[in-house]
Amino acid sequence: MFDDFLFRALIAGIGIALVTGPLGCFVVWRRLSFFGDTLAHSALLGVILSISFDINISLSIFAVSSLVALILLRLQNTTNLAGDALLGLLSHSSLAIGLLVLGFLSFIRFDIMGVLFGDILSVNVNDLIIIWAGGAIILFVLWLIWKPLFASTVNYELAEAEGMNPKRVNAIFTILLAALIAISIKMVGLLLITGMLIIPCAMARNLSNNPKQMVVLSIIGGLLSVFVGLYASFEINTSSGPTIVTVAIILFILSLSRIRKKY
Amino acid sequence: MIDNDLLVKVSDAGLYKDGKWLVKGVNLNITKGKIVTLIGPNGSGKTTTAKIALGLYKNIEGTVERLTNKISYVPQKVSIDWTLPVRVIDFMVLTQDLRDQEINDALNLTGVEHLKNNNLRELSGGEFQRVLLARAIAKKPDLLVLDEPVQGVDFTGEVELYALIKKISETLQCGILLISHDLHVVMSATDYVVCLNGHVCCSGTPVAVAQNKEYKELFGEKSSHLLSLYEHEHDHVHDSDGNIVKEAK
Repeated sequence: MFDDFLFRALIAGIGIALVTGPLGCFVVWRRLSFFGDTLAHSALLGVILSISFDINISLSIFAVSSLVALILLRLQNTTNLAGDALLGLLSHSSLAIGLLVLGFLSFIRFDIMGVLFGDILSVNVNDLIIIWAGGAIILFVLWLIWKPLFASTVNYELAEAEGMNPKRVNAIFTILLAALIAISIKMVGLLLITGMLIIPCAMARNLSNNPKQMVVLSIIGGLLSVFVGLYASFEINTSSGPTIVTVAIILFILSLSRIRKKY
Repeated sequence: MIDNDLLVKVSDAGLYKDGKWLVKGVNLNITKGKIVTLIGPNGSGKTTTAKIALGLYKNIEGTVERLTNKISYVPQKVSIDWTLPVRVIDFMVLTQDLRDQEINDALNLTGVEHLKNNNLRELSGGEFQRVLLARAIAKKPDLLVLDEPVQGVDFTGEVELYALIKKISETLQCGILLISHDLHVVMSATDYVVCLNGHVCCSGTPVAVAQNKEYKELFGEKSSHLLSLYEHEHDHVHDSDGNIVKEAK
């Protein structure tokens, strides 16, 4: 029943949902959703560099997004500009440079829609390996830094006073986000990756009363969105990214009924 | 002072930020089994001093030596966003691994064991402070830094919690750095008082500080209510000076 490419897309989607669940919870808890957008926008520059210099697309995106993340951490310490202004500055400067470089590359056939919205047809076995290997590394590192990261999310100074190193784990978490964007761009597309990160977590928040439960429910929500979204995108012939995110939004709306009863 | 008991030594410390000194020239030692209390008006640098002692600032003047890593901290403000679902039991193990027994004992001590499975956002201000305190003492730290630990707690609870803090310092033999507004309660439950007003305006035993002229001026000017409270307490100490300070009423 499953065509081969659909099966590959499903395996890819499962891999991504397993990672977006836990990372997305931290993005929601730490109010980083705009930050996710910034990294995703900078990914366009990564895509374009990868095409111009013929390097691996995930590697290229990871390099550019990490660079932008580190510049941001640096700027936070050296300027007095507010966080959202800094993010806007980085987000749009990397977007502008990306589009500028794209203008020079008019001779190359380039599917910008695929980059923006994801393209299941383009997921090959190589991508699957990158998604699952990369995803496993991301989850492993997150598991290692879970405690200090969570503690510094609840209260930064308390964590630091009691011997943790919040600055370091924050930087590591930022790199993990960049890595996630790098491995998921083909599936979800850079415009919608933040949606994939935060919507299942927003749904999970409505249904949970402790952090671990929220993470587990986010993963389940993400998996459901991928299953239903991919099937729908295959049946009604739509882009995979928007369809998956739309399913996630429907799940979120359904979860709202639960919270009204509770309070 | 015996050096073995020393936990933190702050020498001539200060913090200069955004064109002014938040606090300057602070000297204090925290030793095992003793309570050091920081008092002073708003903006006098109490919290800043506590954070200097904890090593939370990078660019400070002077030196801070910390001779222990077993530190617990109760910050002045802990706000939990709605997006973050945390139960009391999750909060207890935030920075430490605890056995069930340790969690129960600590919550029991501060009188909030029944709230174990409640969400932090469901707690009242006073209950939340008790949970903060329980978390801080659960792992039996060497050094406890408490930034206004009884804010929002009702009066009887307040007296009870100060008695508990005193008991903790005795039974665990840990050093405590306490920040407080409640002059009248705190003066009797402390071993050493540092009165701050951007600098150390005076320091010493509670009785010595209470008789210090600068201390009187500082609190006299800031609030007549506090002054009357203080005067009352001060008279009291004088009355019973020949006897024992502990004698209440």
